[in-house]
Amino acid sequence: MTGTAPASGASGKTDTLRFLLGDEVRELRNIDPTVSVLQYLRETEGRCGTKEGCAEGDCGACSVVIAELDDERKLTYRAVNACIQFLPTLHGKQLITVEDLKPQQHDEVNAQALHPVQQAMVDCHGSQCGFCTPGIVMSLFAMFHDETSAKDRGAINDALAGNLCRCTGYGPIVKAAQRMRSYGAKDQFDARAEVTVETLAGLAGAETLVLKQGARRFFAPTTADQLAGLVIAYPDACILAGGTDVGLWVTKQHQILETVIYTGDVAELHRVEETPDGIRIGAAATYVEAQNVLAREYPDFGELIRRLGSVQIRNSGTIGGNIANASPIGDSAPVLLAAGARLVLRRGGERRELPLDQFFHAYRETDLTSGEFLESILVPRRNPAAKLRCYKITKRFDQDISAICAAFAVELEGGIVKSLRTGFGGMAAIPKRADACEAALTGKAWTRENIEAAMDALDSDFSPMSDMRASRDYRATLARNLLLKFFFETSGAEGETRLVGHKDLAHA
Amino acid sequence: MPDARNLETEAISGGVHHALKHDSAHKHVTGEAVYVDDIPAPANLLHLAAGQSARAHAKILSMDLSMVRQAPGVVAVLTAEDIPGENDVGPVIHDDPVFAEKVVEFIGQSLFAVAAETREEARRAALLAKIEYEDLEPVLSVGDALAKENFVLPDHVIRRGDSKAALDRSQHRLSGSLQVGGQDHFYLEGMVSLALPAEDGDVQIWCSTQHPSEVQHNVARVLGRPSNAVTVDVRRMGGGFGGKETQSALFAAIAALTAVRTGRPAKFCVDRDDDMIMTGKRHDFRIDYDVGFDDDGRIEAVDFMQASRCGMSADLSGAISDRAMFHADNAYYLNDVTITSHRCKTNTVSNTAFRGFGGPQGMVGIERVIDEVAFALSKDPLEVRKLNLYGGEGRNITPYSMTVEDNVLPEIIEELEASSDYARRRAEIRTFNASSPVMKKGISLTPVKFGISFSTKHLNQAGALIHIYADGSVHLNHGGTEMGQGLYIKVAQIVAEELQIDLERIKISAASTGKVPNTSATAASSGTDLNGKAAQAAARTIRERLVAFAASRYDVKPSEVFFHANKVQIGPQTISFDELIGQAYLARVSLSSTGFYKTPKIFYDRETASGRPFYYFAYGAAVSEVMIDSLTGEHKLLRVDILHDVGRSINPAIDLGQIEGGFIQGYGWLTSEELFWDETGRLRTHAPSTYKIPACSDRPEDFRMKLLESGWNREDVIHRSKAVGEPPLMLAISAFLALSDAVASVADYRIRPDLDAPATPERVLMAVERLRREAAGAEQTEAAQ
Repeated sequence: MTGTAPASGASGKTDTLRFLLGDEVRELRNIDPTVSVLQYLRETEGRCGTKEGCAEGDCGACSVVIAELDDERKLTYRAVNACIQFLPTLHGKQLITVEDLKPQQHDEVNAQALHPVQQAMVDCHGSQCGFCTPGIVMSLFAMFHDETSAKDRGAINDALAGNLCRCTGYGPIVKAAQRMRSYGAKDQFDARAEVTVETLAGLAGAETLVLKQGARRFFAPTTADQLAGLVIAYPDACILAGGTDVGLWVTKQHQILETVIYTGDVAELHRVEETPDGIRIGAAATYVEAQNVLAREYPDFGELIRRLGSVQIRNSGTIGGNIANASPIGDSAPVLLAAGARLVLRRGGERRELPLDQFFHAYRETDLTSGEFLESILVPRRNPAAKLRCYKITKRFDQDISAICAAFAVELEGGIVKSLRTGFGGMAAIPKRADACEAALTGKAWTRENIEAAMDALDSDFSPMSDMRASRDYRATLARNLLLKFFFETSGAEGETRLVGHKDLAHA
Repeated sequence: MPDARNLETEAISGGVHHALKHDSAHKHVTGEAVYVDDIPAPANLLHLAAGQSARAHAKILSMDLSMVRQAPGVVAVLTAEDIPGENDVGPVIHDDPVFAEKVVEFIGQSLFAVAAETREEARRAALLAKIEYEDLEPVLSVGDALAKENFVLPDHVIRRGDSKAALDRSQHRLSGSLQVGGQDHFYLEGMVSLALPAEDGDVQIWCSTQHPSEVQHNVARVLGRPSNAVTVDVRRMGGGFGGKETQSALFAAIAALTAVRTGRPAKFCVDRDDDMIMTGKRHDFRIDYDVGFDDDGRIEAVDFMQASRCGMSADLSGAISDRAMFHADNAYYLNDVTITSHRCKTNTVSNTAFRGFGGPQGMVGIERVIDEVAFALSKDPLEVRKLNLYGGEGRNITPYSMTVEDNVLPEIIEELEASSDYARRRAEIRTFNASSPVMKKGISLTPVKFGISFSTKHLNQAGALIHIYADGSVHLNHGGTEMGQGLYIKVAQIVAEELQIDLERIKISAASTGKVPNTSATAASSGTDLNGKAAQAAARTIRERLVAFAASRYDVKPSEVFFHANKVQIGPQTISFDELIGQAYLARVSLSSTGFYKTPKIFYDRETASGRPFYYFAYGAAVSEVMIDSLTGEHKLLRVDILHDVGRSINPAIDLGQIEGGFIQGYGWLTSEELFWDETGRLRTHAPSTYKIPACSDRPEDFRMKLLESGWNREDVIHRSKAVGEPPLMLAISAFLALSDAVASVADYRIRPDLDAPATPERVLMAVERLRREAAGAEQTEAAQ
């Protein structure tokens, strides 16, 4: 181990980014605040095992693992895409790359030995061209360390959804995933866990990380109050949450972000709490952090999150970012609209609550004012009499942006629609409820005939566009058919209605 | 009686017919395998980016690059004027400029290059050019090109008999049209070239390419230098699939030009989006057909019109379109037949080689025809397929007059039909569909017959170079490149077998134009056939020298010298291989040899459109079962059964990897991978966020793959194996037709689904909706009558 843990600064600021690269402490100052972890690894550290396949978080060739301490001071390992992860977001964490996996001589008797994941990949013929392989190894490594993860084919598919392989057809890789634990259940990271925990605990304190390079700044506050102050002080700053979209502004649009305020180190914004009224999701909570709680309340919401992005994206991306970003094709908004979510917006010390359906004004325009930020999302508890379903339609089931995403929540009373709430993404410039459709059904009997009238009403709600994901006709037809599907799933119609996922959710 | 331990030690480790691991497997999983972008950066390295055309077809009125030159970090800006030689990297016809000069012909065409201190600076600067265009009318679709007779190359026709007359005579006749989409290679490693200036104005290039010799020759032409001034090395690629056959040359040329012009090393590592915009793809095709058939479903006559989108230049489109014609029959005898091919010029990126090289498109055409014939007669398509297979007297000649001598499809189909339980499952699917309103299943069994050899005769040659060092270790080199397909391990196995030494004694080395000259692309599935034979020849030459030496040294007959299991038996005595090598060295025996191979028997006469363009055929068949959601058009591939003939496999593990990977890649081509150009000719699917290759969960849960146990190449191909790179891709046509079968169910199999490829959820749903409308209309009409 090199370096020493810093004393907690009384000033509340530190200008030094500290993290572990494998077992070694790195302390960096005056760095480019939006340099990607991938660039840093390849260009500064000369660690070229991690590959660039797309530089937009969609292929997984650059997958690395970030280890950090959870609330119980246990190490958690999560795979992320190094290509769109900004280096300063590693503050206080451990970065593990493919080079770290081969057991070192001091750890193992046999210096030639491979990590169980690597050995399984070799033995199962899991690599052909080998370019995606380091990323796949790292995703499997994260899975290897996730004791809670299921071991079935579905879980393996989910773990690898963000790792594209163009050569193998995946069969040998799936086999490797099934076999890897048979080579040993523990590895050198488990053996060193205690030391790593101690080191990580001392790396970053409660100070705000402030990195500067020329006129460019990167702030990583640790409390919501600090964050609120910074957003007022720098109203034009880019507020960075998971970076799964902002990363592309840098890698693809070549934007130079002057000031970045990172929300990911604000512990209180990561919280996902169950309250008497519902669920409060901190704006910096990742999809993974929110998934289980949301799935308990709204099982189909959980299934939607399973298909949203990939493990790497869900490990970094946040529901808050997805909302604040106001993308018309973000997948969180439709279901939150249908569920009747509200937002807590904060400016300095002032907070206001806003129903989500009033938040989106126009394409990428929201109700947020200067100096204001999204602090949390309030999801109401599910009405036991209501049924909520989400439908995400894509060219590929996993890691694909929706052509349309639709959500419906209906409450029936004696076969009559007491309330119906909808949410659609991909149908307009903003995520939107289908008002005419809702009106057409509210107070009506839940019958095929009335559904068909409401399908016609949907045509007046939206006038979708054509693009590379879907034509206008396809989108319009899908919107109608998904309402029909929702009807089938909630009216006890016979027959299967789902191709993937937990099919019992359809008729739950 | 020899004990077992002795027997075990008496075999080499790593000969042929063993399921060995990929030679780089260990390096792949540890991240130690070096790709071009991983080579430690030389001092003073410059990074490159290209300025691209923003118009599909326009005159360049002016190009103001002053902002580019002034941008931070920029060291040089290069345009056509900086090219000392020829401004062209076209592989066959010289119509592919490095930098467009007066006219641009597609969006993304390179106009200039920026060399800067960092990659980011180069890419940012390339966006600062101010270019004035005067728009010309673009041709953006195959239909438009056909209407305007805008072609890159002349038409070609293959004809036998009189299909017009035969069509008129036929008991039944139907016609239709099919669109088959293109495909981006999406190799995980994008295009990359690193060029190092050398003395005398020479240049050394490390390039991710399947065709180092062509890169060498093209770069030399661009530099105005002889080929011996340029050396190209390729250790490995992160995938190729045909995409790095001709398309690497542009980036290598720009890197080399920069190195020579600036005297500094230069690297062009192409961003993924730029890669997808600037490089060619699989040709999309329109295929029109007119078919006549009898009551049993036997095809009596067929006319095919194949129109391929070649893009703005010829590239390899001639040979690709030819191969589509050669596979318009797939596995079926076509008596009176006319196949007409139009090679359409469009203002889109010039399309190029992609695994199958036109064959898949040709095959989809005939397989669709077979389905439609079956549909018209209310028969199981499999029955019609079997009826039309090559075989029997007079029914084993292809439309281009080659006799099919090695057909194993009857055997393959019979075995697969039984092992996959096809008939029972097909019946069950019909039952399921009748009671499932939303979900519908479909099934299809399709065969593949794929011709092996480059259809351009002179490309069917290969060279190798083997050194044995004085310690007995072996250095192996040949003209083939490793893109993940396992060529290097297979060739090493062949050499290990020939020299009877352990595989570990053989160093696999990078393809280098300095070691083996004038090589062909590693393409056409021929890598092992050609390079394996060349390497075997090189090893054999050295072995023969060693035999002669040993016989003379130990005074035995040459026939008494045997190489076996790291040892050499010389008459009554046995010495180790290393010992013999040491002795041979001291006795001044040459321990280095080249080897050469050319494929026999092949020829093709364009004038008469006849000959034997292929040395042999590779065969296989697959059954796919799918389920569609008839409300959304999404589908799931439920089960796949494959039986494939690789002859006698040199490495079954590698071959199975090719089969599974090829199938999934073909499945992506025909389902989720959609190239979308907007109305201005701009490709909108230029990144994995919008272009969807199969992901892990798209692999069916139930995937059963088998090599044909009786596999044997009747021709003298290396160790009686068969090529395996491309043929399995076309097994995925079964998945496409299974989707079509599922769609047909919504109208009770009475209306043709006419599904185009790729069968995206949108195409499937729109077909379902049309069939439901038409079926409802038909019912109403019936009711009214």
